[in-house]
Amino acid sequence: MGGLIPGASTFAGPIDSLFMVVLIVTGVAFVLVEGILVYFLIRYRRRDGGKATYTHGDRRIELTWTIIPGLMLFGLALYQYNTWIDAKIFMPGSDALVVDVSANQFEWEATYPGGDGLMDTPDDIKAPINILHFPVNRPVIIRLTSVDVLHSFFIPALRVKQDAVPGRTIMFWFEATQQGEHDLACAELCGLGHYRMRGQVTLESQADFDAWLEDLEARSQGN
Amino acid sequence: MKKYLWITIALLLTMWMVGCGGGGQQPAPDEGAAGEGEEAAGSVDSPTAATISGKVLFTGTAPELDPILMDAEPVCQEKHPDGAFTETVIVNSDGTLMNVFVYVKDGLGDLAFPAPQEPVLLDQTGCQYVPHVFGMQVGQDLIIRNSDGILHNIHPMPTTNRPFNLGQPVEMDTTRTFDQVEMFITIECDVHDWMLGYVSVLNHPYFDTTGNEGSFTLPNLPPGTYTIAAWHELYGEQTMEVTIGASEAMEIEFTFEGG
Amino acid sequence: MSTATPTAATHKDYRYAPVSFWRRYVFSTDHKIIGVQFLFSSLLFFIVGGLIALLMRTQLAWPWQEIPVLGQYIYGSTGNILSPEGYPALVTMHGTIMIFFFIIPVLSGAFGNFLIPLMVGAQDMAFPRLNMLSYWFMVPAFLVMIFGFFVEGGTAAAGWTSYVPLSALPDMVPGSGMGQTMWIISLLLVGTASTMGAINYITTIVMLRAKGMHMFRLPMTIWALFITAILVLLATPVLTSALLLLLFDRTIGTTFFLPEGGGNPLMWQHLFWFYSHPAVYIMILPAMGMASDIISCFARKPLFGYKPMVFSIMAIAGLGFIVWGHHMFQSGMNPVLGITFMTSTMMIALPSAIKTFNWLGTLWQGQIHLTAPMLNALAFVSTFVIGGLSGVFAAATPVDIFLHDTYWIVGHIHYVLFGGSLFGVFGAIQYWFPKMFGRMMNETWGKVHFILTFVSFNLVFFPMFILGAYGMPRRIADPYNYTFLSNLQGTNQFMTISAYVLALSQVILFVNFFVSLYRGRKAADNPWQANTLEWTTTSPPPLENFHALPVVYRGPYEYSSPEVEEDWLPQNRELVPAPAD
Repeated sequence: MGGLIPGASTFAGPIDSLFMVVLIVTGVAFVLVEGILVYFLIRYRRRDGGKATYTHGDRRIELTWTIIPGLMLFGLALYQYNTWIDAKIFMPGSDALVVDVSANQFEWEATYPGGDGLMDTPDDIKAPINILHFPVNRPVIIRLTSVDVLHSFFIPALRVKQDAVPGRTIMFWFEATQQGEHDLACAELCGLGHYRMRGQVTLESQADFDAWLEDLEARSQGN
Repeated sequence: MKKYLWITIALLLTMWMVGCGGGGQQPAPDEGAAGEGEEAAGSVDSPTAATISGKVLFTGTAPELDPILMDAEPVCQEKHPDGAFTETVIVNSDGTLMNVFVYVKDGLGDLAFPAPQEPVLLDQTGCQYVPHVFGMQVGQDLIIRNSDGILHNIHPMPTTNRPFNLGQPVEMDTTRTFDQVEMFITIECDVHDWMLGYVSVLNHPYFDTTGNEGSFTLPNLPPGTYTIAAWHELYGEQTMEVTIGASEAMEIEFTFEGG
Repeated sequence: MSTATPTAATHKDYRYAPVSFWRRYVFSTDHKIIGVQFLFSSLLFFIVGGLIALLMRTQLAWPWQEIPVLGQYIYGSTGNILSPEGYPALVTMHGTIMIFFFIIPVLSGAFGNFLIPLMVGAQDMAFPRLNMLSYWFMVPAFLVMIFGFFVEGGTAAAGWTSYVPLSALPDMVPGSGMGQTMWIISLLLVGTASTMGAINYITTIVMLRAKGMHMFRLPMTIWALFITAILVLLATPVLTSALLLLLFDRTIGTTFFLPEGGGNPLMWQHLFWFYSHPAVYIMILPAMGMASDIISCFARKPLFGYKPMVFSIMAIAGLGFIVWGHHMFQSGMNPVLGITFMTSTMMIALPSAIKTFNWLGTLWQGQIHLTAPMLNALAFVSTFVIGGLSGVFAAATPVDIFLHDTYWIVGHIHYVLFGGSLFGVFGAIQYWFPKMFGRMMNETWGKVHFILTFVSFNLVFFPMFILGAYGMPRRIADPYNYTFLSNLQGTNQFMTISAYVLALSQVILFVNFFVSLYRGRKAADNPWQANTLEWTTTSPPPLENFHALPVVYRGPYEYSSPEVEEDWLPQNRELVPAPAD
């Protein structure tokens, strides 16, 4: 209880703390409302001979419980802006690693830049399906496409989720902070294999990542 | 309160109808084809039957087989200790060509053949189809087996038969049939895009697929003149006219040339 | 509760009194009969949708296991286990049936039809034949949807949202063949039926109110149904056009939604949610209205803040049209739009909060009678609070990056729709049953049903928030092949067993319902001592509702009024001025 699963990217800090902020605000509201409800049910349960208080409401009370929650909700919305803009609107600079990910029923196919470090050149390297490696402490930009239906690129530990839409290339980014193995799940119903459209994500140091890429290049040429 | 009695009865009837229908989501496989044709005119007379056999040779250079990287499926990777490769062109050590589908294309006239009782097996093992190329008869049962225990879906792409798209989440067998003649239907698995197979559905039993010796046999043929065809997934189809007499055994050869 | 008056139906000369059984009970133009028809058919689909939910829960608890005994009947053709293509079909049909064939018809169709003329003091709907036609557009919709189960490839399997291209390309998923077309046709019929209903409700409420029934003397139920009807009228055409475009894409080769021809898949999502977000309010507003009436009646106290309640319904309806993008934060829609949709979404929580506070205000210093309808209405309030608050997490766009399309969302929608709307419906059924059928439902079994349902409901759906925090995506048939979900099978099994209890508890409701239909205690005209007009006529009401059309002197919530001795004061009772005055 109390929060999301452990995170492994720079988004984890801000997103998880926003989750906790919302949890505290809604938690207080929840306890107050349900507490008052139960208290009233006991305190004002039917008594013999009594009559309920005859009132149709009170304008000041109505205004109070309109304005205060209204301001709180608006503030809560404002409070989210920065993280959202960072995560989805801004893109990191030129030191980022660009990776193409193509989704299809029911596979993830990643393409990495070859020795020249550039995408869309002949030395680009295709990874085995459902295998993705990313270096840590370096921004990664994913160019996401789909060849058939909608899919959604969801790595819970990295706090990234982006739908893949056929006919479009959607760019988004993240920066992993901890090495480890994680799952990439498909989060948009895509057919009978949706439940098993699982990518295996390895977050590793830049050196390990380079070594993996070199080995991959050798293996895809045949032994 | 009579009206509510009526409404209740109507409701129960509807529920009953819905309940009974629930099991029938998938149309039952068409079993009618197996029994028919027994009485058809012109069955094969065994004592006079002939046999055509032979080899499929290969010349030139075959394209290199691409490695298949199954890193994400350890179950399958373990079944290929020496690595897995595509099966497009497999040349045997004796220079013959594997996975060539040889069949009688024409010449049987209106002979009719009942579908055999014994089923054909298509195994999914090591994330590959075994056999890679095969034939079967109209109405014959095809047992689709998942030996890997991971999700495969069998997704044939026929044009005249009814297509199906069948998921097998665990080790299991499922039976399907085809009810129209159709050649070289591709079978794909959407979970593993390298998985590829070809099935041909014929209305007679005269077909064979070459194995690791590149040979084929078409036994029990009535005497006559036939067009024999040999089909390969990359190099296409070759045909040959042959005439065969009663009880004769004939050897023929096909040769495919690489690029 | 006393004051039983003789309920012998008087044989007035009705101009259009139907004579034959068929015209009286089947092709009836009587709003009460049509309401009961909607009630029975939607309850039937509640059973169907519930059984589908149990199959899904069974799969999530014990994936790909043979189901003992029943397996051969349900999954006979696939080796007695659920198939991977069958699961998305279950997901799709559970959502579609529960939303379009249960919640919407039971709220607007059953209670809207039954209550509107009675509560505004009219003899029938403004357009009785249109009303009949509305129901008889639902019947083919039911049949087409059921028929879809038996076509080749099975029923639709692209989710109740039917996102393109999955729903547009027939070979993408087995159910995308004929089943998807059936789904579209069925929903087109449903949309037509609800549009006809909405026109009727709006006209009736505007034109046929009894003398003295000003708009601000209408009960909250009627206000909610009125605003709901306006929502239906404005939103349904958008769904209908989207469905037609999808049908064209599938059948005659257009590419409105397909990128190959220059179409845009996101267009479907915009159109769909432009209807379906207001539809969420179509599914909750009538329940809010009915809960307001029930709570006020059993607190024996005027509804706290009647006008703020009315205005918050209007605000919800208005804001409901500018928040649809919150379903699409991660869809590839321009993320800048995410900011505006987040802000409007946060603000739509406000009117719901105001309503909740006013319900609490109604309870304050009341004389609370914890009857079965009241318990269900209170459960509506308490679970709707959880549903609403859990929505705030998903409205916060950065948090939604994680929560979108996970079980958090599934939990949220079920707390709103099951916890909210369905408890409202349970309350309404038991509250208005005496008026509908002239008999009382059993109070003790009503309470037993309530307690079992309330407890098992929370045990099924609260853990969904925990699954959501683990990041379990929705609509997946077997979560355990993901390593981050592999330890959740125990939780899922617990939820599934709770779901079985929840389902069995509904048997109590159904038995209570049908036994009470024949054996229940005869109901008085006004068994709850309520104020609204439907309680001033006999139980059940005669063909044209009132023996004499009522005249209204006051609002609907004059409970515990100091003007009279008793603690209720019906809307139509004329008070003679006190002689001392």
